[in-house]
Amino acid sequence: MDKMPKWADVALIPFLNLLIAFVLSGLVIFAIGENPFKALMTMIDGAFGSTYGWGYTLYYTTNFIFTGLAVSIAFKAAMFNIGGEGQAMIGGLGVGLACLFIPTALMPHWSIALVFAMIAGGLFGAGWALIPAYLQAKRGSHVVITTIMFNFIATALMGYLLIKPLKLKGAQESASASFPDVTNLPTLHELLAPLGISFSKSAPANVSLFVALAMCVVVYLLMNRSRLGYEIRAFGESPTASVYAGISPTKIIIVAMMLSGAISGLMAVNATMGQHERLILNAVEGAGFIGIAVALMGRNHPFGVLLAALLFGFLYQGGSELSLWSKIPRELIIVIQGLVILFTGALDNMVRMPVERMFIAAAKRKDA
Amino acid sequence: MDFLTIVQIADSALRLATPLLFACLAGLFSERAGIFDIGLEGKILVSAFMAAAVASVTGSVWLGLLCGVFASISFSAVHGVASITFRGNQLISGVALNFLASGITVLAAQAWFNQGGRTPPLMGEGRFMPIELPFALGKSDAEAAGVPLRVLIDQANPIQQVYSEFISGHTILVYVALLMVPLSWFVLFRTRFGLRLRAVGENPAAVDTAGVSVIKLRYASMAIAGTLCGLSGVYLATGLGAGFIKEMSAGRGYIALAALIFAKWKPVPALGATFLFGLLEAIANRYQNIDLGGIVIPVQFMQALPYILTVVILAGFVGKSVAPKAGGQPYVKER
Repeated sequence: MDKMPKWADVALIPFLNLLIAFVLSGLVIFAIGENPFKALMTMIDGAFGSTYGWGYTLYYTTNFIFTGLAVSIAFKAAMFNIGGEGQAMIGGLGVGLACLFIPTALMPHWSIALVFAMIAGGLFGAGWALIPAYLQAKRGSHVVITTIMFNFIATALMGYLLIKPLKLKGAQESASASFPDVTNLPTLHELLAPLGISFSKSAPANVSLFVALAMCVVVYLLMNRSRLGYEIRAFGESPTASVYAGISPTKIIIVAMMLSGAISGLMAVNATMGQHERLILNAVEGAGFIGIAVALMGRNHPFGVLLAALLFGFLYQGGSELSLWSKIPRELIIVIQGLVILFTGALDNMVRMPVERMFIAAAKRKDA
Repeated sequence: MDFLTIVQIADSALRLATPLLFACLAGLFSERAGIFDIGLEGKILVSAFMAAAVASVTGSVWLGLLCGVFASISFSAVHGVASITFRGNQLISGVALNFLASGITVLAAQAWFNQGGRTPPLMGEGRFMPIELPFALGKSDAEAAGVPLRVLIDQANPIQQVYSEFISGHTILVYVALLMVPLSWFVLFRTRFGLRLRAVGENPAAVDTAGVSVIKLRYASMAIAGTLCGLSGVYLATGLGAGFIKEMSAGRGYIALAALIFAKWKPVPALGATFLFGLLEAIANRYQNIDLGGIVIPVQFMQALPYILTVVILAGFVGKSVAPKAGGQPYVKER
């Protein structure tokens, strides 16, 4: 035997990577003079202690499923899309324009509004990914830097639109008018009440959660059961070999990036349409970046992304509760996110090499 | 627009270009040795924070400089371990370090100073002060003449205006940054170390065959990049600004990378490229809304301009630029 068993690859190593990241995060909390165990308890209680906590945890989880899937599709094509943040922002613009300007006569029910919003959000997100994708495919400009630049440009664009053309007249805040009532999505409270389950009224988790879960299945089928998915994966594994198989690199780069952008844009259905119900400046709240950690942790598999998104949903909600009840600011989540990306992404070999050696040594001992 | 205004914009462009220039040269050493460094941004940020934090506690800007550079080098070391020793993905490592920097600076600032993620404003010895070159018009001349300095410079001849405003009156780090340009050129293109460093970025196997350690050279490049990037952050917090504010690097690390590509991985063009970005920022700062005969360019557009220009440069509309061949690939020794 010269390989590790599969369970070690998909479960043990990610677990060890995560463990190191969490132990280091605990040390950071300790270093700024707080008790890491108390902090963890506060986080667990804040995220899972009530249906209110669950409602926020699942709301963030929904965001991260979308952005995590988005990053993972790009990763499959050997591309690093750091532009999820901007694509989700512009996706939000699409969702907002759909909600504000499609006449309500055309949208008699929230489900029809949801379809319109998903189309608009997806198209706008994909559009924002198109230029970096085109420049990568045609001119070799590195997609990592161009997508980061497009995040900054998206921020400036939204800033302009919400201060000038789309701003609600006479309001102090830079935000658009509220969306019409018919576009408001049912929350988990409204969905679960008929089933006799009481769920917190003020929690933002909404029907988009099920859209996100469906998206996991769609992405799985697309990547593993369709010709396009096969081509994307083949290109990601070996661009040169895939060219000989008749796969066009230009097409794959552009299609994969636009799919990635579209799914990032869909995030806005949850955040902009489901929660804020109007266009605001920072609706994305860093979810686009967390998608990177989620995709890496989930090993780019939709089911892995789902689990990782739940973990980060917990961290995000727990982290905000923590900032209310202790002196630890919300930025703790960015530190954890950085450490998770570092250990599951870049320093993977640090854990993998010794573990692999251990398994091989153990197997040899058995043989002898 | 009169001549003095142009001089003043150029003066502010030079200040704003300095952090970019340090970071660009840091990226130059790193990428010439074959290591992508998306993490410039994070290194600028940690160094800015450490410099401001230490300077505000000890009151000594030089101690701040030391600690800022040290923080940046530690981040470089992690990047080196991830991308050289463990052959990890260099882009992912850089992005991770950027997040780490962005979070940990606010966490530490909050824990130490409790001022909402910033350090107290730096004063006196906690900052780098402008250096007045000989014969330049300065405060003492203004006092002697009994008029404000602004008036004195306004009345001076153009050469004196350029000298006093543009050339004189910067902090020491601006002059250090300018000095780094010929120094980097000399090290990279006129020394044996530089030749080997460039070779490692083009064809590491050949360097290895010649009996020179690829690993050592790459770590050396990381150390140099860490130092230069550290100076960028130190200048940002103690020269350009007066203290640390969260996210104060504002994408400068990425812009420096674009400038590096624009400069075709050469030190002297790097000066020009970073000055151009500095100029854009200076113009955006000075003119909030530019009126072009009825059409008003909004301030948000001016703020986004450096980022848009970065994309245009990366798109290669400014000439072809070829990266070091072995960039981004970990070196695996053949057995």
